[in-house]
Amino acid sequence: MIRRSNGERLFDALNAVFMLFVIFVTVYPFWYLICASFSKNYLLVAHDGLLFWPQGFSLGAYKATVTYPLLITGYRNIFLILILALPYNLIMTLFAGYFMAAKNMLFKKPIVFLLLFTMFFGGGLIPSYLNMRELGLYNNIWALVIPTGCSVYNSIIVKTAIEGVPDSLFESAYIDGANDLYVLFRIVAHLIMPTLAVMVLYYGVGHWNSWFPAMIYITDNEKLPLQAVLRAILIANSDTLNKVNVESDIVDDFSETIKYSIIVIGTLPILVSYPFLQKYFVKGVMIGAIKG
Amino acid sequence: MKTATAGRAAVPAGPNPGILPQRKPTLWQTVVKDFRRNKYKYLIILPVLVFFIIFAYKPMYGILIAFKQYKPTKGIWGSPWVGLENFRRFFSDIYFFRILRNTFLISLYGILFGFPVPILFALLLNEIRSDRFKKTIQTASYLPHFISTVIICAMLREFTYSDGLINDIIAAFGGQRVTFLQFSRYFRTIYIASDIWQGFGWSSIIYLAALTSVDQEQYEAARIDGAGRLRQAVSITIPGILPTIVMLFILRMGSILGVGNEKILLLYNPRTYETADVISTYTYRQGLESMDFSYSTAIGLFNSLINIVFLLSTNVISKKYTEIGLF
Repeated sequence: MIRRSNGERLFDALNAVFMLFVIFVTVYPFWYLICASFSKNYLLVAHDGLLFWPQGFSLGAYKATVTYPLLITGYRNIFLILILALPYNLIMTLFAGYFMAAKNMLFKKPIVFLLLFTMFFGGGLIPSYLNMRELGLYNNIWALVIPTGCSVYNSIIVKTAIEGVPDSLFESAYIDGANDLYVLFRIVAHLIMPTLAVMVLYYGVGHWNSWFPAMIYITDNEKLPLQAVLRAILIANSDTLNKVNVESDIVDDFSETIKYSIIVIGTLPILVSYPFLQKYFVKGVMIGAIKG
Repeated sequence: MKTATAGRAAVPAGPNPGILPQRKPTLWQTVVKDFRRNKYKYLIILPVLVFFIIFAYKPMYGILIAFKQYKPTKGIWGSPWVGLENFRRFFSDIYFFRILRNTFLISLYGILFGFPVPILFALLLNEIRSDRFKKTIQTASYLPHFISTVIICAMLREFTYSDGLINDIIAAFGGQRVTFLQFSRYFRTIYIASDIWQGFGWSSIIYLAALTSVDQEQYEAARIDGAGRLRQAVSITIPGILPTIVMLFILRMGSILGVGNEKILLLYNPRTYETADVISTYTYRQGLESMDFSYSTAIGLFNSLINIVFLLSTNVISKKYTEIGLF
């Protein structure tokens, strides 16, 4: 260890304190939510300031929320979307990435240009909306699956990963008579498995957090995925809460805690899986950064 | 391996398929040969192309309605042309200046206050010696990035109510309770502060990656020369990550009028339109609330064209002065 001057020691101490503050600021709001959701409503209403533990303990808010029909259908719909969309996203991204990484093709440049161009220019809100109506995807859960097909940005990450596969592997496979489909599925896909796992996470979080397409394309409340349901309940609450058939006395009993419990229910899968998955996400960013 | 490369080099690859090859094979033969050899590559790109044609290029055709008076019964092509009428209307819209100003200001303040934060954070984090502590800080700081916009906005609403957490803290320090989201003068502050909170950790990753590639020997040399850590940071670390900073700055400048509508739609209300309404939210309201399809499309087109101009010009400027560019 190199000796440190007093100034440096002071800096290190202040820096550490500052970082503790950073941890507090980013994590505490979520702890507050959890504490508030398990509190007794009247105690929470009476309480001012930070919470480090639930005020009293009550599962009442959760008992009221888990029976919300819309939360149940919301959870069901988002899982349905994930099951339908993730394999499709993955295969499309793999195809696009493999094509982008290919060498010596006559029509590669114009085709890749067609894909890249969509990163900078698009039809915009209304033309896309009209397109979806024309395709018969309006008020259809497939509207939240099919248009998510393939993100060019993610394809570039996959392309970068494929470029990391040694050329000699391709060559020897071709010499052995393998075609591109075999090379792609039997060799490349296995070798870039970590990147593909990152892709699943990226698309998965994207689907999980998405609400805007559902708001504009889905009109039946029972077809809304979770985040769109949460928006309806927490942000645009007025009329939807009535449709949910919440008896007014339940809302009275849990006026504050119920909102927090809904937020927690809507975030729980992310909060629980985050510490385990975090490192894979970071990896994805790194792969993307190499390209830049 | 040599022969394989030589065999491929005979094909005039790349940008000029129109130029006839000098040697024997005709253009047609070259194309056929290319397709035969790469048939599976073309086969797998087919669904991807179909996808982009249907969901990206077909809507671009729909932009035509910006120059028409769209009537659902007549469809995109059958609706009557009105030339630039929709754009003329937009430029004389009483809200034209307001949404342009709001979009620009939210973006500008976002860059001014938001852009340096992840850089500073990465530099400070870099000075933390314990790896375990570092990992903990990183894990904590990335967390808000993964929480959905809906949840973030619901939290912001709850916390900024007059009896919410933030007001409780303000009151504890003797301040006045304010329902922040009901006043237009606080909107930008809330929007940008929460953006920074949500993104600073995640955005710092790219800088941290750049930091690891700074040559460690330079630090050794500086230490021997008696340079303190501040001096090392200014003379070695910052120049080392400057290309990354410039690159991200270009990207940021390029989207200066590209403020998204999701978070604003969740946070604003008519009382805060004065500072919160931006081009993309106005496009949304004109299009899907007033159902004025042509007008909304015109505004959207105006916005994307401006964005492209900004991106290209920052790219040109940056290339001229720093030789760093996106393309």
